[in-house]
Amino acid sequence: MTAPMPVIIGVTLAVLLGLATFLTWFERRLLGLWQDRYGPNRVGPGGILQAVADGIKILFKQDWIPPFADRGVFVLAPAIGMMTVLLSFGVVPVTAFWSVAGDLNVGLLFVLAMMGMGVYGVVLAGWASNSKYALLGGMRAAAQMISYEVFMGLSVLGVVMQAGSFTMRDIVLAQSGLWFVVPQALGCVVFTLAGIAETHRLPFDLPEGENELGAGFHTEYSGMKFGMFFLAEYAGVVLISVLLVTLYLGGWQGPLLPPMLWFALKTGALICLFILLRAALPRPRYDQLMALGWKILLPLSLINIAATGAILLLHAPG
Amino acid sequence: MFGILRTLWLTFLHAGHRRVTVGYPEHKPPLPPRYRGRIILSRDPDGMERCVACNLCAVACPVDCISLQKAEQDGRWYPDYFRINFSRCIFCGMCEEACPTYAIQLTPDFEMSEYLRPNLVYEKEDLLISGTGKYPDYSFFRVAGVKILGKDKGEAEREAAPIDLHTLLP
Repeated sequence: MTAPMPVIIGVTLAVLLGLATFLTWFERRLLGLWQDRYGPNRVGPGGILQAVADGIKILFKQDWIPPFADRGVFVLAPAIGMMTVLLSFGVVPVTAFWSVAGDLNVGLLFVLAMMGMGVYGVVLAGWASNSKYALLGGMRAAAQMISYEVFMGLSVLGVVMQAGSFTMRDIVLAQSGLWFVVPQALGCVVFTLAGIAETHRLPFDLPEGENELGAGFHTEYSGMKFGMFFLAEYAGVVLISVLLVTLYLGGWQGPLLPPMLWFALKTGALICLFILLRAALPRPRYDQLMALGWKILLPLSLINIAATGAILLLHAPG
Repeated sequence: MFGILRTLWLTFLHAGHRRVTVGYPEHKPPLPPRYRGRIILSRDPDGMERCVACNLCAVACPVDCISLQKAEQDGRWYPDYFRINFSRCIFCGMCEEACPTYAIQLTPDFEMSEYLRPNLVYEKEDLLISGTGKYPDYSFFRVAGVKILGKDKGEAEREAAPIDLHTLLP
């Protein structure tokens, strides 16, 4: 029983945007909880309407484009950032019967391609703003995201080798016996770190770097264009959580509870983990970030591929 | 690596800790009786104004937020007007220390926000309270040697009758 495609697309989009908006409030409450304070708790029950209030406020802000900016690109950049994240969700199978394009035969490659495109959103924003802090943020983003993308792709190769497919649905089905997080633990850790760097979330938010770059690549942005970057970041957190669930944590599979609920539970737990990372860890220096990427994570993912390949060959029939 | 995991765990444990924030309008923090908040002018046990318009508070005030004018009736000095500009006041309490008659006192009340700045200038009617404040029994004119209507020289508490300067007898 598959729902009609427009319904699936509509519901997925609505849930995603709603979730991203909800996360702007939820993250602040959770950070508050871990820092022994309350966070926004005034608007509505528990402060949940704070997200709505923020949305209304940001909609009515003056939408200012600096006179020195490159207008066209300046307007385009947040749209690219948002679009690439939203498109990536298309290939994620929420359940066996609920996905926009879960059986796309290059599903995982599509996600990686969209993440590669996502760099443009940030880099072009930094470039088009025509101001030094934005440009510095954009430069950092370019170097960070491209280099972390390298072994993000490499780290999921182990999963692809074990599942024998790039299709997301097949990858989930291949985990019906054992979740890939056990045999691919190394790949899972590398993918998580790369995912945080890809969405430039804390502790890898050097492109923003409030205390050194003002706000980095979106220094010159205001109003809803900033809001789009903001929402795209939270949608990115959801995306990385969803990908982790799909690739390593068995997707919708689980005992007793319905598949949709399992998927939501796993995703929610991972989102909380990302917020905990933000609450607990300081931002590394830029050279430390690059050194971690190229000197530790890249070799680790290569070792992971080699080991996975060797074991698969040894166990190969015939 | 271990340090990072330990940090994560310790931060996670903070979920069970008590929050430091005091939710102010719902939960008011207990203020000690000697808290230096809104300034009042007290009355003596007879219900008369304690302030004798000596100007010592205005002199002691480091930000010059007090202004007053002396008036006199039946031998009693009192302020004609007494004005405190709370947009200037720094609640240092020096006026209270300077006051010789315990008239000016600071109270544990700090909720004096106003929408308009001129509303922060308190006149004598706004400052005067009906009670005696921190010193319930003190009355300046009962212990002081000044002559007022209904109390001549030498009639104050613990005051001897004035010496007759025209006699040489001990």
